[in-house]
Amino acid sequence: MKNFEYAAPANVESATALLEKYGDAAKILAGGTDIIVQLREGLRAADVVIDIKNIPEIVDYQYSADVGLQLGAATPCYRIYGDEELAKAYPAVLDSTRIIGGWQIQSRASVGGNLCNASPAADSIPSLIAHQATCHIAGPHGRRSVAAQDFCTGPGRNTLEQGEMLVALTLPPSKPNSGSAYLRFIPRNEMDIAVVGAASWVQLDDSGESIQSGRIALAAVAPVPLYAEEASSWLSGQPATAATFVEAGELAKNIVSPISDMRGTAEYRQHLVGVLVKRTLKIAVERARTNQ
Amino acid sequence: MSKKIHVTTTINGEPIEFLCEARHSLLEVLRDSLGLTGSKEGCNNGNCGACTVMLNGVPVDSCLVLGVEVEGATIETVEGIAQNGELHPIQQCFLEGAALQCGICTPGFLVAAKALLEKNPHPSEEEIRFNLAGNLCRCTGYDKIVRSVQAAASQLQETTS
Repeated sequence: MKNFEYAAPANVESATALLEKYGDAAKILAGGTDIIVQLREGLRAADVVIDIKNIPEIVDYQYSADVGLQLGAATPCYRIYGDEELAKAYPAVLDSTRIIGGWQIQSRASVGGNLCNASPAADSIPSLIAHQATCHIAGPHGRRSVAAQDFCTGPGRNTLEQGEMLVALTLPPSKPNSGSAYLRFIPRNEMDIAVVGAASWVQLDDSGESIQSGRIALAAVAPVPLYAEEASSWLSGQPATAATFVEAGELAKNIVSPISDMRGTAEYRQHLVGVLVKRTLKIAVERARTNQ
Repeated sequence: MSKKIHVTTTINGEPIEFLCEARHSLLEVLRDSLGLTGSKEGCNNGNCGACTVMLNGVPVDSCLVLGVEVEGATIETVEGIAQNGELHPIQQCFLEGAALQCGICTPGFLVAAKALLEKNPHPSEEEIRFNLAGNLCRCTGYDKIVRSVQAAASQLQETTS
């Protein structure tokens, strides 16, 4: 690996100043599970690596049932699934963080890093979209926010401009009678890249029999993770039954544009969208009913 | 000569200082600078877990940590598992259960399995397999590893009860 300077600023302003000064030659280090591999393999190059883990607001999170979750961008996965309250409020996020790599990776890898790496197959992004996460960005000209579904702009590319960095994600408070789930299809049991990933979130009415509102998001079926808008809005007012889950899966298939590669053909991926949307909706509804 | 950075850390209970370049991984520092060659380099990209060490109480792939990142940290490596010349039950059970053949993956499995038993003293077979999914073994087929972790769990339970 080519050598680089190492900086570990103590606040966001110092980090963005470095990013502005070095431009594309600066790379941010959070958990390092993507960037260290990319630097070592020559896929990305850096003159300076900026370790953001000394910045308190970036490595920690705050949660309350009233306000929701403020998740520092570099908070490692294991801290999310290790917190029972969080796991209960955002079950799809828990599902994702438990299957990103193995335990060693989860000790370091962060949801914010997964988002910035902008892989079309990123396991955490559909769950963030389903839970209506907002991304909070700091830059030399102040702060701005974008919705999670607008953060990625292409494979490995995101909305961050020169000098900008992702500071935190916020997720709205968990609603009553709501539940969510993330599933991915992989040919192995663990430790693999999603052939297709899907997250569903639903809120049921008080009877628990019909869907008040829903959100469906997909990964590995387009250049960026997708919010399935038409399928999501169609869910409002539908009965929470198997037929609804199947129909939502069919609608979600309309927006995908998958590629064929060694993990599966485009046709197979499209089929999997239907299967995974159906299954995640079923789990999300069960969780909403049992308040899990 | 590239600039070297001074790092102060604690490894296996001992205060340690070392110099490294920013690009050097913790694994390179452990093996090449500090002579702690128990941690192995398998894939060097975070897939195989042969380089697993405990960093501030959680298992990490030391190939995916920069040496400069461990300033002020506490690290435990496979060399720290045996105490006073006595093998830890997890090591003894791996030995008795023939849970290794070539041995390259073993240090990583020992560190991760010990961490698992500290977090969850009575893991089910599924929990063992799930938590050790980040450690690859190309020799044993995993069954003997899983059984040895189960044996160590029973043995540790006996010694504490």
